[in-house]
Amino acid sequence: MTSIFDADGKNIPCTVIEAGPCVVTQIRTEEKDGYSAVQLAFDEAKEKNTSAPLKGHFAKAKTTPKRKLVEFKTFPDEKQLGEVVTVSIFEEGEYIDVVGTSKGKGFQGVMKRHGFGGVGGATHGQHNRQRALGSLGAASWPSRVFKGKKMAGRTGGDRVKVQNLQVLKVYEEQNLLVVSGSIPGAKGSYVIVDK
Amino acid sequence: MDLVKFVEDQAVTKNEVPAFKAGDTVSVHYKIREGNKERIQVYQGVVIQRNSVGTNQTFTVRKISNGIGVERIFPVNSPNIEKVEINNHGKVRRAKLYYLRGLTGKAARIKSRRF
Repeated sequence: MTSIFDADGKNIPCTVIEAGPCVVTQIRTEEKDGYSAVQLAFDEAKEKNTSAPLKGHFAKAKTTPKRKLVEFKTFPDEKQLGEVVTVSIFEEGEYIDVVGTSKGKGFQGVMKRHGFGGVGGATHGQHNRQRALGSLGAASWPSRVFKGKKMAGRTGGDRVKVQNLQVLKVYEEQNLLVVSGSIPGAKGSYVIVDK
Repeated sequence: MDLVKFVEDQAVTKNEVPAFKAGDTVSVHYKIREGNKERIQVYQGVVIQRNSVGTNQTFTVRKISNGIGVERIFPVNSPNIEKVEINNHGKVRRAKLYYLRGLTGKAARIKSRRF
């Protein structure tokens, strides 16, 4: 993340995304696949790290092996196999959604994981329970803990979508997209930019 | 990381400000827009810290206004900064002068440094 100034001199926090160039590697159609979508490939991969089936898949689109393949169900316009999609489809000022995988936080308690308030205060006989989750439920009925009860556990590393981020800048030559605010995930991780 | 640097270089125009440090007294000429009229306000005080590096660096200016301590953080490259004038070079022994917050009057003076 960094920050840039807008026309009014306001300092706006922003994130730089390297978006594209993506290659269309497959067109899903209603007749053949039961749904329509456009499959895009991004980021060069080494030939020796690509499996033979994938090599064949990329050869069909007459392109080099790529690392990531993503399907977009509602692509704005018709695409041909092997066509290159660049950041030029985005305009400055428009709003986009970004999907990423949030940073892994490890095994966390309920206060961090679910935003619980913790148990009361430190006094009145409380011991060792300030960050505990409290009651798990009633006793003789139902005599069990309900499924889906929010408890401690692995946190982060989930698919997270951030909606309505404004595109501040588009650098077509460098394939860069500058969006306002933060996006999910660690530095250098892959994200899906949705119009 | 160099892509972030590229965006910073492209999107942020750098202000030419004179070199100043914590302890210096500066007056910041700051543009203020009221409706569509623009005027310049001068904010004078002691620089108590310079923060961060690169295009996002900021500095904090502290002054006593009507007996109340006021601190204002300016981004060095803000387009609203018309100019920065150095009024006095202060002689201080640390980079962040947070101790000034607890001092008032005579105790909060800073010796001036020959430049």
